[in-house]
Amino acid sequence: MRPFIYEQPADISAAVAIASRFTTDDDQPTRANAQFIAGGTNLADYMKLGVAAPNRLLDLNRLEEPALRQIRVSDDGIRFGALVRMGEAADHGEVKRRYPVIADSLRLAASGQIRNMASLAGNVLQRTRCEYFRETSWACNKRVPGSGCAAMEGFNRQHAVLGASDACIATYHGDFAQALIALDAVIRAEGSRGARKIPFARLHRLPRDTPHIETDLAADEIITAIEVPAMPWARRSRYLKIRDRESYAFALASAAVVLDLDGDSVREARIALGGVATVPWRARAAEAALQGKKLDEASASAAAEAAFADAEPRQHNAFKIELGKRTLVRALLETRDMKV
Amino acid sequence: MDAATPKPRENMGEPLPRIDARLKVTGQAGYPADLPAANITYGALATSDIAKGRVTRLHLDDARAVPGLLDIVTYGDMDKVEKPKFGNSGATSIGPLHDRTIFHDGQIIALAVAETFEAAEEAAQLIRAEYEEEKPTASFDSPGTKTVPAAGKSTILKEDVRAGDFDAAYAAAPVKIDARYSTPTQHHNPIELFSTTALWQGDQLIVHEPSQNVTGWKVELARQLKIDPANVRIVSPFIGGAFGSKGPMTPRTAIVAVAAKRLGRPVRCVTSRMQAFGTQTYRAETRHRIRIGAGKDGRITAFAHEGWEVTSRPDAYVVAGTSATGRMYDYGSVLTHVSLVRADRNTPGYMRSPPETPYVYALENAMDEMAVALGMDPVEFRRINEPKVEPIGKKPFSSRSLIQCYEQAADAFGWAKRDRKVGAMREGDWLIGMGCATAIYPTAAAPCAARVRLTSDGDVRVQCGSHEIGTGVRTVAGQMASERLGVPIGKVNVEMGDNNLPPAPVSGGSISTASVCSAVLKACDAIRAKLYAGATAEGGPLAGSHNEELDFADGKIVAKGGASAKIEDVFKIMQLGAIEEYAEFAPKGATPGALKKLYAGQPEFHGGDQDEDSVKYAFGAEFVEVRINSYTREIRVPRIVGAFAAGRIMNTRTARSQLMGGMIWGIGQALHEATEVDRRYARYVNRDLQDYLVPVNADIQDLQVILVPEIDHAVNPAGVKGLGELGNVGTAAAVASAVYHATGKRIRDLPIRIDQLIA
Repeated sequence: MRPFIYEQPADISAAVAIASRFTTDDDQPTRANAQFIAGGTNLADYMKLGVAAPNRLLDLNRLEEPALRQIRVSDDGIRFGALVRMGEAADHGEVKRRYPVIADSLRLAASGQIRNMASLAGNVLQRTRCEYFRETSWACNKRVPGSGCAAMEGFNRQHAVLGASDACIATYHGDFAQALIALDAVIRAEGSRGARKIPFARLHRLPRDTPHIETDLAADEIITAIEVPAMPWARRSRYLKIRDRESYAFALASAAVVLDLDGDSVREARIALGGVATVPWRARAAEAALQGKKLDEASASAAAEAAFADAEPRQHNAFKIELGKRTLVRALLETRDMKV
Repeated sequence: MDAATPKPRENMGEPLPRIDARLKVTGQAGYPADLPAANITYGALATSDIAKGRVTRLHLDDARAVPGLLDIVTYGDMDKVEKPKFGNSGATSIGPLHDRTIFHDGQIIALAVAETFEAAEEAAQLIRAEYEEEKPTASFDSPGTKTVPAAGKSTILKEDVRAGDFDAAYAAAPVKIDARYSTPTQHHNPIELFSTTALWQGDQLIVHEPSQNVTGWKVELARQLKIDPANVRIVSPFIGGAFGSKGPMTPRTAIVAVAAKRLGRPVRCVTSRMQAFGTQTYRAETRHRIRIGAGKDGRITAFAHEGWEVTSRPDAYVVAGTSATGRMYDYGSVLTHVSLVRADRNTPGYMRSPPETPYVYALENAMDEMAVALGMDPVEFRRINEPKVEPIGKKPFSSRSLIQCYEQAADAFGWAKRDRKVGAMREGDWLIGMGCATAIYPTAAAPCAARVRLTSDGDVRVQCGSHEIGTGVRTVAGQMASERLGVPIGKVNVEMGDNNLPPAPVSGGSISTASVCSAVLKACDAIRAKLYAGATAEGGPLAGSHNEELDFADGKIVAKGGASAKIEDVFKIMQLGAIEEYAEFAPKGATPGALKKLYAGQPEFHGGDQDEDSVKYAFGAEFVEVRINSYTREIRVPRIVGAFAAGRIMNTRTARSQLMGGMIWGIGQALHEATEVDRRYARYVNRDLQDYLVPVNADIQDLQVILVPEIDHAVNPAGVKGLGELGNVGTAAAVASAVYHATGKRIRDLPIRIDQLIA
């Protein structure tokens, strides 16, 4: 690991001020000289591996604003402070009651120890775990723009079948983000240009020919909160995660499902897919396919077909298309059968 | 008594807690990289990014500019020492800094030494190599492999075993199968990282390194460094998991020793998890073809097992489990053949039950297929083919309790409730499958020395240069002394893991408990004999008693008639403060030079299929229930039962723990574990525990170990068969059998994953 300067800014404005002094408008947050750190469960790992090499770390854990550490439940929805730890949100009674899909997505991620360290904002910004990205000796367009992609023709079992480009097929491995994108969450951020709201669906960028540009954030911008709108019918929601072992593994395929049912038929469905796409993935075609339909195995399968209509397999990940469809069918039927 | 402390049955010792348990759970156990060394410096390895070619240039300037950098050891700096040797004490013949040739991915190209670990690591990362690159050969099916017969290439396989006329018997068999199986590359990944700390004190070299073979390493390291073995001391008091990976010494040890010598300061090098994949050994990738022919009555008449194993270009590491698979059942005729497939890979090595894990997996998966082909219950099929003598040399088994194992495990598992029809068992959306398989491991022992001291206060010290790799050998050695000398275990101190102690063989092949306990037993009996002599001498408290009427219990020598003498009083009479005995044990069949070879780090193994009078194996039977989701096809193992018979069980707690660990590993081998190779570059892809999956707690639910009583005096004086490697043999086949039962899909390539079931 390279030596670096470590600072603990006292509040958000101080953190933004330092960051803007040591970064430029053109800097990507993941490539800037100065970078923010919260739980450190992803960045510290990548610094040890030489994948990330900021020479200045701004530790956000001492920021004094109390709201950063609070979960506020109101009639408008839920507001998660950016520094709330994954474990706190997963165990929060109102989160579990009102948004099971959020609690599930957090509970099924990582390990207890990591959930106690990782912040919610850091979690949504976690970077891909692509083996070829993680290790600096391989060609990787995301790590070194223009260097090529070793995963494309390599061992790509865990890689994406949706949202990939000729430059990058790395999967977005997060779980929480699938719940957030399904629920139309909003990110609040503050930077040198002021505060703003970003719809969650616009936070992450498709790789296209610039896979090194991962999010909409500026290098001096800090996520301060994640807001989830009120949605009474989100009580009928769940997150299904399929993986090689029972715990502590990334999803091979996952589905976040929120259902508004009128008897047997679907008034509205929200669907997001994890483990199969390059970014948090809202499956709007699948949602549309279900609208007004009776939810049964046949309509669920039709929705799953729609969700994966554009999927593109590589040598080792073709099974993910079938697995992704079945995961969604199972998630839809299990969500339908929830007692709420 | 609870599950962790099984009640001892016949011929089993008490479930004493490990004597070092408290040290381990409180963090006080000193693992080699924890041991203090004054004025220490830190080393970090730089390794190659290619698998084949030549290093044409190294750029060291950036590394040299790192503040705190002290030295870089690289090409040219090892010229005055000998190249490593491949064998039981050496992992490979590749001397990575002796030669600019790159033989495999992740080969050492330099060692950076600095004042801090961080500086060493940074410098190592800044070392850049230029290569003359060649297209490497990754594995089976890659262009450029070279296939050669394995027999005769290693002492592991002198010749392919065979019996009778397989071709004729197979041709005539009314029921037959012909199937191919494969197992992937696997790495040990012990939680304790690999490390070497080298300290020179004048001409004396002290190495702190986790080792399963301190005596062998002493000799091999002295040879490489061209110094007197008496000047080398390997210290390895605690080892945080080994599984074979710390058996042979790797080239790193000599490189770190040279660095410490150049610098005149101790150097500690802890390799990263990633670097271990290329700088240590691993389980070779294997392929198998099995043919079985049987009559309609289920009696096997023909068995053929062909194996292919990937190894490195220069070294013939041989897996060859055909000695065990060829003797497993009453086959009639046997044909085996093992081939080595050379590729541009690092040299494989021993990994827990090295021959049996892959070969018995293939055999037992085939046995299950054959039972299906015969329409027969798989347990019944094995019972029908239970041999009276082994089919190759027609020798009897010293003991064989396989059927008892099957019966007790089947009973505990509830095998009778299994509906044999494929796919017939189901609960909601979950398909249920049940399967079983045989476990087998050869019983061997090797020469071993031990020193035992008993003081008049009843304190016992046991010294033996064996290795506590987590098996509990320190505890059972202490238990043996405690039992023989009649003192409580709390009064026994056991020293291990240092070649200044009496030599013990490599801690591999499940020989340690038998070999170490036999030596400790012999030393204890010599102490007993001395005290008997004192007690029964004229005027002594037990004068007139004969030795065979005496025993030790509760700090006393007790005579059959009821008379007794306190040991402390016997010491007084004898005018002694302590009695110390040095004993050397040699197993039956040992050659005249066997003990001398022990001191030279070349222990002879005896037992298994090698003895004249009988073949010696431990057996077990494992039963597995799998649940497979009917939509998403993930496989989970809610239940596993294993019953094992392994002669005398020294300690039911540590024995259960060993077998449990093996069974869990077996589940991992079945469902999770594989080192993925990028076939274009012959490079490992998933070099960390994020992507190299092993079972986590949530994967292991109801696991039951049954210890089946067995008495076998033929194996060794301690009557111990050893079971460290027995538990993970057969497990993967039992899982494959259960997956077939649930789904009707026969998966022959490990690991069994969603990919194969969802297609």
